Amino acid sequence: MSENRTVWEVFIQSKNGLAHKHVGNVHAEDKIMALENARELYTRRNEGSCIWVVKSKDIISSESEDGEAFFDPSNDKMYRHPTFYTMPEGSKYI
Amino acid sequence: MTEEKFQKRIDREEKIEPKDWMPEGYRKHLIRQISQHAHSEIIGMQPEGNWISRAPSLRAKMILLAKVQDEAGHGLYLYSACETLGVSRQELVSQLHSGKAKYSSIFNYPTLSWADMGAIGWLVDGAAIVNQVSLQRTSFGPYSRGMVKICKEESFHQRQGYEIMAQMAQGTSEQKAMAQDALNRFWWPSIMMFGPNDSDSPRTGNAMKWKIKRKTNDELRQEFIDKTVNQAEIIGLTIPDKDLKWNDERQHYDFGEMDWDEFWSVVNGNGPCNKQRLNHHKKAHDDGQWVREAAKSYSQKKELIAN
Ligand SMILES: [Fe+2]
Ligand SMILES: [Fe+2]
Repeated sequence: MSENRTVWEVFIQSKNGLAHKHVGNVHAEDKIMALENARELYTRRNEGSCIWVVKSKDIISSESEDGEAFFDPSNDKMYRHPTFYTMPEGSKYI
Repeated sequence: MTEEKFQKRIDREEKIEPKDWMPEGYRKHLIRQISQHAHSEIIGMQPEGNWISRAPSLRAKMILLAKVQDEAGHGLYLYSACETLGVSRQELVSQLHSGKAKYSSIFNYPTLSWADMGAIGWLVDGAAIVNQVSLQRTSFGPYSRGMVKICKEESFHQRQGYEIMAQMAQGTSEQKAMAQDALNRFWWPSIMMFGPNDSDSPRTGNAMKWKIKRKTNDELRQEFIDKTVNQAEIIGLTIPDKDLKWNDERQHYDFGEMDWDEFWSVVNGNGPCNKQRLNHHKKAHDDGQWVREAAKSYSQKKELIAN
């Protein structure tokens, strides 16, 4: 029998209202065990109000090597930033 | 990417992530260092686990349990970081069992009295903290993030140990003698935890160049000694080194020669508890076999039902 268990990535919401943040991973056979292991391993000190676990193999990541080409298009769209625009002299609250 | 480009990234203080190109030597060094670190956390549970059932109060027992559980967590964070380099948990455990991978020699010493729980928390965790604080800035992302998390948990470990030492040092003369005896036995192995002197540490060059390590063994050792001397004085215990003396010129403590023959003999398997520690780990691993199998069968059965 294979000894290699499924790896699950763990995301924790530290407080109600905040986004979940990646904290690490756990090994587990199924989703309930993954959640329980994540609770034992990552929230022994009240670090969270909610935990997500996702199978690592289900996460799709961009390649860091072609990161430049992948993210390049946003560089030449400066008009997406508020500083691109010229406001009339003396205008306030905008 | 070439090695030169990689080094430029390192020099710019960029973090290296698992999918990034890295020299084979960098990957190998990391696997060796991180797995050794992980194994130390796991094997390190044994000397303290030895006293959980004999803790002198409920408070002491709860604290020790929580501390030992934290160490298991540290081991798991580090195994996770190591696995991102393409080595499986199973492989890491088998390297530990075959002796190919090492763990910190300090855990091959026995824990003979309750005062040893104090000495371990104060000195062994204290030394580990000095090392781990500097490793928060290591160049490998997953290792660095693991260190940040571990450091947050460590300071209670050292404080609970120092509290035990302080209490015993103020107790009856027998209790004070036990505390002093624990300090005598753990002092030298603790300062040798930082590893050989820089002049005898051939791998330090690469580790510093690649910023896997941010400070050398000797720098870390000096830092630990400088911090600890005063703590011993405050609780009225004596560090067992007659050469220990403040050096005004260096603004550091000078200290005596370490016994490297003993160090290497323990590393190579001849410490008082090497066999016991490994056998215990193997037995626990084997005894857990049926649990792993049952969990796997159970999840397969549930999947069948669900489909
Ligand atoms: Fe630890
Ligand atoms: Fe610790």
